[in-house]
Amino acid sequence: MTAVAGRYVGQSVKRREDARLVTGHGRFVEDVAWPGTLHVAFLRSPIARGRIVNLDVSAALAVPGVHSVLTAADLNEHAREWWQNMIGKDAPMPPKRLLAEHDVRFVGEAIAMVLATSRYVAEDGVELIDVDFEAETPVLVERAGFEGVAADDANLVHPEWGSNVAQALPGPMGPGMPLDNPALEAVLASAAHVVTETFTQHRYLCVPMESQGINVRWDRHRERLEIVSATQSPHEVRSCAARLIGINDSQVHVVADDVGGGFGQKMFPATEELAVIMAAYRLGAALRWIEDRNENLIAGGHARNEDLTMTVATDESGKILGVRAHHREDIGAFPAYAVGSSASSVGMYLPGPYGFGEYFFSSEAVFTNTCGRVAYRGPWMMESVAREQMMDVTALAIGMDPLEFRRRNVVTPDQLPFTTSTGLVYETVTPQATLEQAAEMVGYDAFRAEQAEARTHGRLLGIGLSSYIEPSVGFGIMGAEQVDLRIDYDGSVVATTGSGSHGQSVETTLSQVIAETLGVDIDKVVFTQGDTAVAPFGSGTGGSRTAAVYGGAAREASVLLRNKVLAIAAEVLEASSDDLDMDLGVVAVRGNPGATISLADVAAVAYAGYTILPESIEPGLDVSFRIRAPMFMFSNATHAAVVEVDPVTGAVKVLRYLVSEDCGNMINPMVVEGQIAGGVVQGIGGVFYENFVYDADGNPLTTTFLDYLLPTAAEVPTIEYGHIVTPSPTPGGFKPIGEGGAINSPAALINAVRDALTPFGARVVSQPLGPQQIVDLIKGPASSAESI
Amino acid sequence: MSEHILHLTVNGEAQHVLVEGRKTLADMLRDDLRLTGTHLGCEHGVCGACTVLVDGAAVRSCLMFAVQAHGSQVTTIEGIADADGGLSAVQSAFRECHGLQCGFCTPGFIVSIESFLDAHPDPSDEDIREGISGNLCRCTGYQGIIKAVRLAAETRAATPQDMSAPDDAVSDARVGA
Ligand code: FES
Ligand code: FES
Repeated sequence: MTAVAGRYVGQSVKRREDARLVTGHGRFVEDVAWPGTLHVAFLRSPIARGRIVNLDVSAALAVPGVHSVLTAADLNEHAREWWQNMIGKDAPMPPKRLLAEHDVRFVGEAIAMVLATSRYVAEDGVELIDVDFEAETPVLVERAGFEGVAADDANLVHPEWGSNVAQALPGPMGPGMPLDNPALEAVLASAAHVVTETFTQHRYLCVPMESQGINVRWDRHRERLEIVSATQSPHEVRSCAARLIGINDSQVHVVADDVGGGFGQKMFPATEELAVIMAAYRLGAALRWIEDRNENLIAGGHARNEDLTMTVATDESGKILGVRAHHREDIGAFPAYAVGSSASSVGMYLPGPYGFGEYFFSSEAVFTNTCGRVAYRGPWMMESVAREQMMDVTALAIGMDPLEFRRRNVVTPDQLPFTTSTGLVYETVTPQATLEQAAEMVGYDAFRAEQAEARTHGRLLGIGLSSYIEPSVGFGIMGAEQVDLRIDYDGSVVATTGSGSHGQSVETTLSQVIAETLGVDIDKVVFTQGDTAVAPFGSGTGGSRTAAVYGGAAREASVLLRNKVLAIAAEVLEASSDDLDMDLGVVAVRGNPGATISLADVAAVAYAGYTILPESIEPGLDVSFRIRAPMFMFSNATHAAVVEVDPVTGAVKVLRYLVSEDCGNMINPMVVEGQIAGGVVQGIGGVFYENFVYDADGNPLTTTFLDYLLPTAAEVPTIEYGHIVTPSPTPGGFKPIGEGGAINSPAALINAVRDALTPFGARVVSQPLGPQQIVDLIKGPASSAESI
Repeated sequence: MSEHILHLTVNGEAQHVLVEGRKTLADMLRDDLRLTGTHLGCEHGVCGACTVLVDGAAVRSCLMFAVQAHGSQVTTIEGIADADGGLSAVQSAFRECHGLQCGFCTPGFIVSIESFLDAHPDPSDEDIREGISGNLCRCTGYQGIIKAVRLAAETRAATPQDMSAPDDAVSDARVGA
């Protein structure tokens, strides 16, 4: 398959979403105002772990405007089933509950909900709830260390689970994972070089600018639940609501119009949202909860927060012979999905763009009395964060430049199809090409001279590279998305699908694919998503799949519909459909410019004049295509960062940042670059500014944007791009791109800082790298807060 | 609960609203006037999503009580395009430069930038980064926003005062330049 650049596909078509959004006419969850809606505010736990010994809501109930106050006793027993489409029924899951019952398990856990005429009044009610606790020793890595938490059988986050260890691999929860690898042990014992290092990444968060929120009403007369939700996946919300209550999916109508970012946080309904759903159903009321920023930061779901120890063996020439890795995660109390661990993905993707030879991976995840883990843009990205730092650390240890070390190990075109040490098969990736393009764009060799020169003046410049393979999964409900496509009686094209755009420009990009493939004016394509009443079942937007999976389905549906249009036109024009073309909605006989028929006329025949058609052609003009995606789809990229570290203040300035990527055929290069940029800046935030901190009692310390710092325009460089286009074998040749910016940027940035600090021999292996940490690193291990 | 009658002009229209003393300007605009383009990203004065113009100055409407706007001229994002829907130079530039993804931060950015460009008609890149650093965006990495400010400044310089950009037809979903 070759690269395409058509009328629409491959062009930076301006977005159809923008007109309403730049004028203030988007429709976000908080913009919906149903009459008679009650507003919800939650009473949340102020302590990390303890018994609830008294809960008295009477004073709150007495507040004028407070309609009711609900506690666990009112709601919890009514919850029927609680599992997610994307994860499946049988995945192990920690205990779940709508509201805290008898005890609390993290600061921020919802205990009671006040329903009132306004959010102001609901919060007045919350203030007046009388609640007392008997505090217990919180289970915290910050307090007891990781091993201490794992070994603590006296203090359990979830007594029902029987251990603070949520998951350990290899083990009974890792089907197919070998319990050891003796061949690796032999390699480690005999290799020329063996290097070990541990990399840590701290707790940082999705932080969409629009927090979570939901409007719900139960219409008891029609037995129908209506939901407007800020979600990435309307069908997931539908199924979760139906299961929770014990009604049918078809009784639940979920709409998500404009959604203000998600990055994984809005993939599954939050526990609070499920509590609101249950309350609306039980009371037959219209309810609304809009999470405020404080709630979003302390209880909306946390991410990252893990470490990974790697041992790499190489031969004399720097060829990797084997890798052993151990991963540890703190997943909090109530992770959002499955058991909450990303370890199986981390282990599977760790080899990335390199041959690893013999390999063994193990992991452990622990529950703690902190906010639970949610997905965040590349939930498994510790594999890139650790691997790409390890490439630099190993190169340094064996006396080789990091670029050269990568060159010796990167998968080359002649190795394709390439099977990784974990059994993944790469067919169309180009990691060598992006590595070379990035090195050339950044002027790697010239930089080394510039760096040496700068050092003589006391300036600390550093360069960092990071390469990765971006996986997107196509199994379970994520691998079979459907696009419904029809041409209406007036000739307009109507497309519906189960995607859930929350900033990814899906309305524009899928319309591009449809208009291009079908041969119509893009303005004639009406695209609808985010509405379970009209869209076929889908898994929403997440996991970097929208272009490849929905885009592939859109393309195939368009081919089917185009064939049908041409078949009908052929009857009217008395030509063979092989001799017909359709462009901008006009079907013409090739070589006979006079013989044409418009799409509206074809539609008129299809819906009303079908008697002229042979029996073999079904009347109407609508098709559906549900794609079967490959189990894994891969793109690849190399990032390069150049930084300057101020040795006095510890401030880091990113001087250059560039990305060379291969996401196959780009539907819309402007959108591709936008996705990359957003992800890269989330990495800049994570490495240098964002840090969610708990104290040793489990109290969150970074509960506003004054303490939890997001990067602003003043902190980001101009990002440069290089594109290499190698189409995938899937329809359209599209590949995943949505998460890579956030996955691959941290290691490039950290590597650049380490490189800048080489003169000090600083051991740069953890984040965040704020001014204080940098100054400590420069001063050396004796003064480092990290030292034991 | 104290209630006050508030007289003010919003987007050129006289408004009379009965509000509680504790209600923020943002909530009054959103709930009472149903001008929901003003967004709330933090409600503690950091993100800038709630920015509106009060008597021409950009303010965070989450930090101001509605009653404090008594007698003022308020402009929200809904009042930025001209009466027949023609986008301002800033709005057009956002679309042209991919200055938005989810669009949640966008109204606050656009209102802030209108005010910024009034004060700095010919900003340097440094000025632009500094000038918009009081607004947070989580999607774009600011790349398209910075470009949009530059383009809007150029468009405004090339266009007579108070005129919007000429080629901003909203329905043109075609290929970009
Ligand atoms: S909502 Fe006002 S500054 Fe964030
Ligand atoms: S476009 Fe989503 S927050 Fe700025």
